[in-house]
Amino acid sequence: MFARLRVAVRFPLMTPAHAVLCAIATTVVPEATGLDATQWDEVERIIARAIAARAPGLRRSLALYLALLEWLPLLRYGRRFSKLDAERRTRWLARLQDAPVLLVRRGFWGVRTLILMGYYGRPDAAAAIGYRAAARGWEARR
Amino acid sequence: MVIGSGAGGGTVAQELAPLVRDGVRVLVLEKGPRFADDDFTGRELEMADALYQDGGAFLTRDGTMTLAFASAYGGSTVVYTGTSLTAPARVIRAWDVPGIDHADLQARSAKYTEQNNVHLLDETLINDNNRLFVVGGRNAGYYVEQFPVNVKGCRGSSLCNLGCPNQAKQGTNRVQLPRAERAGVEVVTRAEVQRITSDRTLDVRVSERSPGAKGAPSEWAPGDYRVQAHIVVVAGGAIGTTSLLLRSALPAPRSLGHGFTCHPALILVAEHPGPITNDVGHPKSYFVDHAESERFVLETCMYFPFVTAKSLTGFGATHSEIMRAFPRLQMILLLACDHATPDNRIAVDRAGRPVVHYRVTPQTVDGLVRGTRAAARIFFAAGARRVHAPADPPLIEASDAGRLDERITARHFRPGSLAVSAAHLMGGCGMGRGAADSVTDSWGVVHGLPWLRVADASLFPDSLEINPYLTIMALADRVAEAVRRDVAALLG
Ligand SMILES: Cc1cc2nc3c(=O)[nH]c(=O)nc-3n(C[C@H](O)[C@H](O)[C@H](O)COP(=O)(O)OP(=O)(O)OC[C@H]3O[C@@H](n4cnc5c(N)ncnc54)[C@H](O)[C@@H]3O)c2cc1C
Ligand code: SF4
Repeated sequence: MFARLRVAVRFPLMTPAHAVLCAIATTVVPEATGLDATQWDEVERIIARAIAARAPGLRRSLALYLALLEWLPLLRYGRRFSKLDAERRTRWLARLQDAPVLLVRRGFWGVRTLILMGYYGRPDAAAAIGYRAAARGWEARR
Repeated sequence: MVIGSGAGGGTVAQELAPLVRDGVRVLVLEKGPRFADDDFTGRELEMADALYQDGGAFLTRDGTMTLAFASAYGGSTVVYTGTSLTAPARVIRAWDVPGIDHADLQARSAKYTEQNNVHLLDETLINDNNRLFVVGGRNAGYYVEQFPVNVKGCRGSSLCNLGCPNQAKQGTNRVQLPRAERAGVEVVTRAEVQRITSDRTLDVRVSERSPGAKGAPSEWAPGDYRVQAHIVVVAGGAIGTTSLLLRSALPAPRSLGHGFTCHPALILVAEHPGPITNDVGHPKSYFVDHAESERFVLETCMYFPFVTAKSLTGFGATHSEIMRAFPRLQMILLLACDHATPDNRIAVDRAGRPVVHYRVTPQTVDGLVRGTRAAARIFFAAGARRVHAPADPPLIEASDAGRLDERITARHFRPGSLAVSAAHLMGGCGMGRGAADSVTDSWGVVHGLPWLRVADASLFPDSLEINPYLTIMALADRVAEAVRRDVAALLG
């Protein structure tokens, strides 16, 4: 699981990227806890592809942001992000989302977008929420 | 030589085709590939990756907005929704470009309205998502208008922005480019112009089709080419054209890159008590135009799961709950009418890649706030039980419908807190009086370089405040007319 992400996001501070991303993913989309290994693999493939397509500078910023997201909770809660319970994880991400500093908000927005892409970009997830658009349009419904 | 094959480039290609009969070689160089009908699968990420620059999420310099533009035979007309409006007279007057006259643009727009089969969709083809906008809009006291659209044989797949799988949308890939090719114009795809030099030479890189990728291989063998041109018409879109001219060592006017506008947009969503038809039917049939009075336009829309998910604010259980309500969701696209400012501009980095500097002004935020409130009123007046909007918390229940002005305020529209995106990219090579205030004249001729012309959305000196493609075609039609007029002198 998340093997590709280790290549796409080089993590400073010796933190395994997959553990952090997994913790963020299940906080952003709680249903992600129900994904099986194959589905997680698909999520990972989508995110890794999206990261790989971006400029090296952006990839470095993302890696740094994930490291800070993981380690800064240590100062506040005495544990790093991936070791927090669900409620504290939610609170921490909400702080980032509403942070007064643009850089912090923007970073969270980027991470959140990647997670949502990985989760809802899968045809399985689209079908699960009832999305049914098809080339045959009206004909397929009537 | 025509660079780019979208709304502007496709039009120029068609309008220069008669020159081929006179022995003139007309070549279109297009960076994107030529897609086959069965390439359009409607799968969200697959199509976004294949069609759009950066998958549809080209980031502005400060990372707070994404820009959507396509790269393909047909440019962004392959992914547009095909709503076809003519420029408002008041906007053209405010542009104040000597030689640009509203009646002239209207007449030229009418020509493409006809060519593109623009008409109002029959009521039987309108889905609930659109119908509820009409009902809600009228109940809430708004003047709701129907969009003329340019489709032929639309089956209502609702997949317009991922490329039409039914060849129904009449973009330049379906109408103007095939006509031009039949008349002898050559179109080379996967051919990116990297630089233009003062001696009218173009450095062109033709890319290989990677294994498994969509689209046909290029008509030319992959590799680098130097192409000698007599007349160059650049139509790479606001970002493509401006960045190409900036990285080319040309004595271009100083305002090159300035005047970028884009109608920053928000996707707003509301939940109805029961299922509605939303992901079937043409997605965009109605609009409310408050551009002049309140700086916003509301349009019906329908987006795909990932785009919808990222457009909602927040995360976690509430976000998931809205996503699970997908079959009950009504959607409205809010466009803010921004204006050119000195800071919002297109530049290039050291490698010559485009960098877009853009900040929303307080006036634009005001348009977004007013537009969000109006959309929420329409949703509730259409019977929605709750509305998802930039607010705290983001879900507004019907019981709060009377408190929208309190619930939706400018403080919820901070950059970096919401998914602002834009697909109407305008300016960068604005038309005007002379080199001191603009890049081109009203015929798209770059000041001081009579052989170099611009024919796309970058010509707009300020935003159009309405969907732009017909006006781009009208301007490109003028540019082509001027080329036909000047061709003998320039070839001579
Ligand atoms: C999702 C979406 C929906 C839209 N819906 C509507 C709508 O309903 N109604 C409406 O009026 N407008 C709509 N628009 C906007 C409209 O499509 C664009 O404004 C219009 O197509 C822009 O025309 P253009 O010629 O400026 O650029 P484009 O159509 O973007 O074409 C530019 C082309 O130039 C090529 N190019 C760029 N640089 C180079 C280079 N260096 N060398 C070679 N080729 C190059 C690009 O690959 C591209 O194919 C929509 C846009 C999007 C993205
Ligand atoms: S709704 Fe109509 S025009 Fe749009 S993609 Fe489907 S068939 Fe094509």
